[in-house]
Amino acid sequence: MQLLKKIGLGASALALSLATPVFAATDLTMYYPVAVGGALTKIVDGMVADFEKDNPDINVNAIYAGNYNDARVKALAALQSGDPAQLSVMFSIDVHELMDLDAIVPFDDVVSTDEEKAWLDSFYPALMENGKVGDKTYGIPFQRSTIVMYYNKDMFKAAGLDPEKPPTSWEELSEIGAALTKKNASGQVDQWGAMIPSTAYPYWMFGALTKQKGQVLMNQAGNETYFDHPDVVDALNFWRDLGSKHSVMPEGIIEWGTLRQNFLEQKTAMMWHSTGNLTTVKKSATFDFGVAMLPSASELGSPTGGGNFYIFKAATADEQQAALKLVRFMTGPEQAARWSIETGYMGVSPAAYDTEALSDYVKSFPPAAIARDQLQYATAELSTHQAGRVRKLLDDAIQSVLSGQSTAEEALTSAQKQADRILKRYR
Amino acid sequence: MNNKTRQIQAWLLLLPALCLLAAFTHYPVIRTVWRSFAGSGVRMGDALHLDNYRYMLEDEVLLQVLSNSFWYAAITVPVSIVLAIAMALWVNGKIRGVGLLRLAYFTPTVLPMISVANIWLFFYSPEIGLLNNILGLFGADGVNWLGDPDISLYSLMAMTIWKEAGFFMIFYLAALQTISPDLYHAAALENASRFTVFRRITFPLLMPTTLFVLVNALLNAFKLVDHLFILTKGGPNNSSNLLLYYIFENAFSFFDTAYASVLTVLLLLILVFLALLQFGVLEKRVHYR
Repeated sequence: MQLLKKIGLGASALALSLATPVFAATDLTMYYPVAVGGALTKIVDGMVADFEKDNPDINVNAIYAGNYNDARVKALAALQSGDPAQLSVMFSIDVHELMDLDAIVPFDDVVSTDEEKAWLDSFYPALMENGKVGDKTYGIPFQRSTIVMYYNKDMFKAAGLDPEKPPTSWEELSEIGAALTKKNASGQVDQWGAMIPSTAYPYWMFGALTKQKGQVLMNQAGNETYFDHPDVVDALNFWRDLGSKHSVMPEGIIEWGTLRQNFLEQKTAMMWHSTGNLTTVKKSATFDFGVAMLPSASELGSPTGGGNFYIFKAATADEQQAALKLVRFMTGPEQAARWSIETGYMGVSPAAYDTEALSDYVKSFPPAAIARDQLQYATAELSTHQAGRVRKLLDDAIQSVLSGQSTAEEALTSAQKQADRILKRYR
Repeated sequence: MNNKTRQIQAWLLLLPALCLLAAFTHYPVIRTVWRSFAGSGVRMGDALHLDNYRYMLEDEVLLQVLSNSFWYAAITVPVSIVLAIAMALWVNGKIRGVGLLRLAYFTPTVLPMISVANIWLFFYSPEIGLLNNILGLFGADGVNWLGDPDISLYSLMAMTIWKEAGFFMIFYLAALQTISPDLYHAAALENASRFTVFRRITFPLLMPTTLFVLVNALLNAFKLVDHLFILTKGGPNNSSNLLLYYIFENAFSFFDTAYASVLTVLLLLILVFLALLQFGVLEKRVHYR
């Protein structure tokens, strides 16, 4: 087997060198994460293979690197080891830290022609919020999402509710949620009204609740946070109340990793989750389900989420050009449409939704457009200097409140105080 | 061969191992200590300072993490050892299907920690999980095994014990089979009770194994955190965070390699202390033949 592989490799290397006698091949290494499960690696590999077919002078080594954290660790470790990657898909919110580490170049420095400059402006503006710092673009949107509400239409019908009318406000969420919560004979809940996950990315879900109250969590420069703002405290109280007061959601912590399974096994009528789950849910659901925008308190809202392309400073000028080519290919309308259809992540530019493939798909499966429609109400995802530490402060505060260890006021005030201590040197 | 050439030969034979040790153990340790004093964030400074250590004294999360690590070791180590001895005595007997039984006990050890954690994630899941469904059969309320800060650490311990006990059983099983049957025959002549036999013969003769297992179990209690990545990520609110995972978080999520170095020095000191305790105090009480 090993021998066969070697022969195969040798043969393809030979074929490659025969086919491209003029160009010296450029090798690109790229790390990318998958945060929602499913067979997403195969899709990326397929897209990369198509790119290589079009560009025989560029070899791309695309490496699946775990979740967003792992991908960042691996890419940066590779940078330090002197055998670096030239580009990577990493968390869109890593931008401030990557800049502080002096690891990435702005795309403005890599593009040269007018056409390429125009390309920089071809994406949905909401998706660029986490990618732009100052006037420069450091991240190009690739696997981008918003949080959407998946709901089980069969359960809505069974409870005598209109399956085309999912909750649009916080009040409706707790009312409709209560109608959907069912207890069995011995008083245990068999079916919950709603679930909002509170592990893995609690600050992200929380960003949706605060945006719905009309409050953001940080400034664009990433050196100030507003964790103790009264509206933010209210938002956290509402989240806790869904479990402890309205009893439409299990009290305490809800696991991100198993939530989709809970929804698919009809243990909850509604779930808030990344739109990146859409295709997997569509393939596995044995019931009729719908997708809706998140409800509002004073306005609609969700943070954007997901991964951007970054180009590393350590790459040579030639490699950066090749990387730019790859990024343009992967985020171009055709590929963005294909990626969106196969995963549920959104098409990153309006042009992607104009392609025949995606516009047909949206017509036959309207939920695929919800994430895009929600974009106009979207805000940036929590992103600051020392993002990991600041994010963790907020995560811990949220979890301590949801599990009943402290009040929202206490936890958020303390988180804000610590965040201030960390961020003051960036002001 | 005269004494001098023997000396040189001895050093030459030791050299390869020494090189590896120096390159992969001693040098990194020195670098870590250096970085804990000279670094700030990911950068290395030239001047030595105590900022990182001062931060450690103010770090409330660290207190919680240390207390978690202490209880994690204090509970998983003795329980795994007792279970391992019990299982070894059980599968050492002459019963039918003993091969299968041994295999069954050993299976958890063979599985990689990450895949095991993924299985247990679904056992522990409140609504769809195996454990709560079993509880539900008896009409009991379910427990949020990983999501309740009072329980999550114990849930991790249960999985660790399940995974470790089988591994240690193998060592005890091997040791049991080297104990001479003559001793048991003599005890039978004296009409000793089964408990006396265990206390006076079996257990003392297992002591060298127990020391070995104890050292390993304690090290593992600090070394093995793979399951945290899958199960709880140290949460909720750090209630199941362990020292090594906290070091990882600081180094790779927070990019604070300097503070991670401080914590590594702390971990190193704890392990050195434990090693001194084990070999200095306990070894004197171990009977070797």
